[in-house]
Amino acid sequence: MTGIISTDVLIVGAGPVGLFAVFELGLFDMKCHLIDILDKPGGQCAELYPEKPIYDIPGWPSISAQGLVDKLLEQIHPFKPDFTYNRMVSSLEKLEDGGFRVITDENEVFEAKVVVIAAGGGSFQPKRPPIPGIEPYEGKSVFYSVRRIEDFRGHDLVIVGGGDSALDWTLNLQPVAKSVTLVHRRPEFRAAPDSVNKMYAMQEMKQLAFRVGQVTGLTGADGQLSSATIKGGPEGDIEVPCTRMLPFFGLTMKLGPIAEWGLNLHENLIPVDTEKFQTSVPGIFAVGDINWYPGKLKLILSGFHEVALMAQAAKRIVSPGERIVFQYTTSSTSLQKKLGVVE
Amino acid sequence: MTKLTFIAHDGTQFDVDAENGSTVMENAIRNAVPGIEAECGGACACATCHVYVDEAWTAEVGEPEAMEEDMLDFAYNVQPNSRLSCQIKVRDALDGLVVRVPERQG
Repeated sequence: MTGIISTDVLIVGAGPVGLFAVFELGLFDMKCHLIDILDKPGGQCAELYPEKPIYDIPGWPSISAQGLVDKLLEQIHPFKPDFTYNRMVSSLEKLEDGGFRVITDENEVFEAKVVVIAAGGGSFQPKRPPIPGIEPYEGKSVFYSVRRIEDFRGHDLVIVGGGDSALDWTLNLQPVAKSVTLVHRRPEFRAAPDSVNKMYAMQEMKQLAFRVGQVTGLTGADGQLSSATIKGGPEGDIEVPCTRMLPFFGLTMKLGPIAEWGLNLHENLIPVDTEKFQTSVPGIFAVGDINWYPGKLKLILSGFHEVALMAQAAKRIVSPGERIVFQYTTSSTSLQKKLGVVE
Repeated sequence: MTKLTFIAHDGTQFDVDAENGSTVMENAIRNAVPGIEAECGGACACATCHVYVDEAWTAEVGEPEAMEEDMLDFAYNVQPNSRLSCQIKVRDALDGLVVRVPERQG
């Protein structure tokens, strides 16, 4: 375990609303650390639709989702937030001094006076493929990522999917696996053409097998696979040896461990008040798509409003007793100093 | 108004009036057709508005574009008549269109 990372405010989720929270909290001198399960900031905007235009950001008749993320990063730059990527927050506990201890799935420990949940639709997690009866094999012989190449040595490996992950692991695991079967529902791939060409070349050499179709059944016992049934290809139903399977069906969003933090939930959303956007636990706030209150709209602009109000309440917790002065960035020299626009 | 018919997985039929230019997905959501999730809100960035186009309509509706095909890779039980309903725009020629909702979305 590494040392404890201390911050004023820990923000769970680095999507547009989590990013703008840094700005509003920064104006009140609160230092922020953001944790995100993705490998980059921007949340859904960056992961799902970076090139799609958004038309309802005030002042921007049209801006691409990635463009908005880039502008937000520029806007919060003066506050020098810290980011931890590729991590899911796994547990949260309240400390006696009123703060919170948060631990990630890689056992990093954070302590913060305030926690802001800006987790959108939840954390991005690998999508379970539409194969009946796959659950008992997960984590035993079906894996959604490759942690160690050695784990696949000597196995009859079936890789399912048509994107870069599927093709890259097909090429990289072929030298160690006993056999590799790549299954994709059509002969066209989303993956880089170069990888696809390499894969076809290896098939020519009989170093691997590419099957068009969909995996419809699994055989095995005690979590250990022995074979997989592939349907829909030109050969009809076929059964291939399979002792390890790697399905790559993209990402989906799940609430994840947040559900176990002892917060009240409303249909997988976190109810908050509309004055502070605070959850049922004082000191934990929820903003953006993950919160719920009467009249809630899942709009980025609503999230921006929510963080401005939340910041006022957070300041009272981080600096108790300090007078909060409401100021405008256009006229306040002190705010402008924080933004680095005046000396 | 163009008439659309959704048939939910349990066989329940939903006849709706759709505006030309709207997407089939939007009309499913507006009329609370069960089984159409549209997680990404119509950005062709998920595959949770998957439908089967009735065989009589596949020619008129047309084939998915490459980006939609890519997304269909993530859908459950993809068939030759599978489409993402957010990518089908309602127009006069689709008056009477019938689409079926799959057993589940992904």
